[in-house]
Amino acid sequence: MRLVKILKNTLLVLTACLVLSACATKKEVATDIQGQMQGDVYTGTDTVEYLADGVPDRVFFATNESILTTASRETLRAQAGWLRKNSNINVVLEGHADERGTREYNLALGERRANAAKDYLMTYGISSDRITVLSYGKERPVDSGSNPLAWSKNRRSVTVKAN
Amino acid sequence: MTKKILILLLILIPIKANALIEVDITRGNLNPLPLAVSPLSIDEESRKGFEKILKKENIGSEISNIVENNLRTSGLFNPLDKKAFLQAPDIANLKPRFEDWNLIKAQALITGKVNYVDDKLRVEFRLWDVLAAKEMMALAFTTVPSNWRRVGHIISDKVYERLTGEKGYFDTRIIYVSEEGPKTQRIKKLAIMDQDGANNKFLTLGNELVLTPRFNPASQMVTYLSYFKNMPRVYLLDIETGTQEVVGDFPGMTFAPRFSPDGKKIIMSFAKDGKSDIYTMDLENRIVDKITNHPSIDTSPSYSPDGKYITFNSDRSGYQQIYVMKNDGTDVKRISFGNGLYGTPVWSPRGDLIAFTKLHKGKFYIGVMRTDGSGERLLTENYYQEAPSWSPNGRVLIFYRETKTNSKGEGFSAKLWSIDLTGYNERQIKTPTDASDPSWSSLLSN
Repeated sequence: MRLVKILKNTLLVLTACLVLSACATKKEVATDIQGQMQGDVYTGTDTVEYLADGVPDRVFFATNESILTTASRETLRAQAGWLRKNSNINVVLEGHADERGTREYNLALGERRANAAKDYLMTYGISSDRITVLSYGKERPVDSGSNPLAWSKNRRSVTVKAN
Repeated sequence: MTKKILILLLILIPIKANALIEVDITRGNLNPLPLAVSPLSIDEESRKGFEKILKKENIGSEISNIVENNLRTSGLFNPLDKKAFLQAPDIANLKPRFEDWNLIKAQALITGKVNYVDDKLRVEFRLWDVLAAKEMMALAFTTVPSNWRRVGHIISDKVYERLTGEKGYFDTRIIYVSEEGPKTQRIKKLAIMDQDGANNKFLTLGNELVLTPRFNPASQMVTYLSYFKNMPRVYLLDIETGTQEVVGDFPGMTFAPRFSPDGKKIIMSFAKDGKSDIYTMDLENRIVDKITNHPSIDTSPSYSPDGKYITFNSDRSGYQQIYVMKNDGTDVKRISFGNGLYGTPVWSPRGDLIAFTKLHKGKFYIGVMRTDGSGERLLTENYYQEAPSWSPNGRVLIFYRETKTNSKGEGFSAKLWSIDLTGYNERQIKTPTDASDPSWSSLLSN
C-alpha cells in the first residue's frame, strides 16, 4: 500500500519534471522569486530598513490578507523589545497595499494591516498611546514593478519613528 | 422585381422620416446618424466684436466645432465634413436647400446665427430633419460672451435630447485627480475640467495627497479625501470660493466619501482598529449616524437616486463583494455572486443599474448589474481600471485605467476613459497630466 503511494508520488514528480524541463527558463525565474517569497509573502530584505541593529522596520502580508506570518511576529517582537528600551520613542505604523485592488478598499486594507502590527506590539507591552496607525492604501509603493515580487514588497506595514 | 422593392423603399423612407428622425441609444450604435453642423453664421460687425473680447477669429465656427465634437464623441452621430457643404451658413439658417444636404447624405442639419448685442452673445440655432424637409427645433439664448463654450454644450444637449428622447450630458464638468511624478512618489492634485477636456483648472497645489473627489448634486461642492497634515480625512470644498473644511470629528481615518442625492449628507467610511464601517454626517446639524457595524471592511458606499438604499462593498463573506441595504443599515443583502472580487459599486442616476469594478483572474473589468445583482454585463477588460462614475443621463461611464510597468518598473500611466453603457464607444479623455478618480457632475443647465 505504502509502496503504491511512493510509486504514485514518483510518477507525479516525474511528470512534473517533464513539464518543467520543457520550459527550463521559466523554472529559473520561479526559483529566483521563490528565494524572496514564501507563498506570496515577501521574505527578502531588499527594501527593509532597520530601526536599530537587528530590528527590521517592516512586515509583509499575503494578497488580501492581514495575518502576521511567523517571520512578521519575530520582527514585531524585536520592535517591541527596542520600543521598551527606548520608552521616549513613539511610532507610526504605515499600512500599505499592492496596486491590484480598488483604491478605497486598499485604504481600509492598509489600515487593517497596520492594526494587526499594532495589536501585536501591544501584546508585547507597548502602550497604544505610543502608536499611531496610518494607511496609504496603494498610494506609496516601494517597488513600481507590475509583477508578483514587486507587489509582495508593497504589501507591508512599516514602523516609522514619530519623534 | 428588385427595382420594385427599391422604389418601395424609397417611398417608405420619407414616410418614416415624416415621424421625424429618432436615434436609438439603447443599442451599440454601429451606424451613427450622419448629420451636418453648419457653422453658425455671423455678420462682420459681430465677428469683429467677439474677436476683440474673446480672441477668436470666428466665434460662430468655434461654437459649431464644439457641437460637432460633442456629437461625434457621443458615438451616436457622424458629423459630416464641412468641405462638402454646398450652402452658405447664413442662407442655410434661413431656408435650407434640403436637396443639397440630402445629396451629401446628411439626415439632420444644424444651422444658426451669432450676434453681438449690447455686449452680449446672442445665439439662435435650428435643427432640421433633412429627409422630411422640416424644422425640428428652434431656440435662441443670450449670455455673456465668456460663456461661449457652454453655449456649444447646451446646443449639443438640446440636439441630443431632441434626437434621442433623453437628456444630454455635454454641459457638465469632470472633477478628477491629476497625477505627476514617479509611481513611488506620485504628486496628486484636484483638478476640474469641462466634459470635453476644456477649461482645465487645478484646485489644490499638490502639497498633500488627495483622492476620490465627488460632486454634490448641485455640482458646486466637492467631497474628497486629503492627507493634510498626514491625517487622511474626508473634506468638503466649495469650488467657487475655495473654502475647505474637515467633515466630522472622527478619531482616525475617514475615506470613500459621497453625497446623498439631496446633497444634505455625506456618506463615508471610518476605519478604526482594523475595521471599516459606513457612517453618514448631516451637513446641516452635524449629526453622525453609524450605518454598518461589522468587523469586516465596509466601504465605497453609494446611494440610490431616491436616497432609500445604499450599495457598498464589504469583505464580510471573506472577499470583497457588493451589497445593498436600506439607508438605515438594515436589510443587508449581497448582490454580487459571480467569479472574482467586486468593488466600487455606483448607483445609476436612472436607478435601475449599479456599475462596478470586478477583479477576476488578474484582469480588471468595468461592468453593470441590476440592483438585485442579476443581469451582470462586463463592458471593458484591462490590466487595471476602476472607479466608474455615471454621466448624468446614465448612458456613459467614466473611469480610470493604469498601465502595467515594464521589467524596470517604467512606463506607468493613468488616464481617464469613457465607455457607453452599451459597451461600445470606448474613448480616452485627454488631460494635461496623468489622471484618475473621475467624477461626473450633473447637468449644469436644465
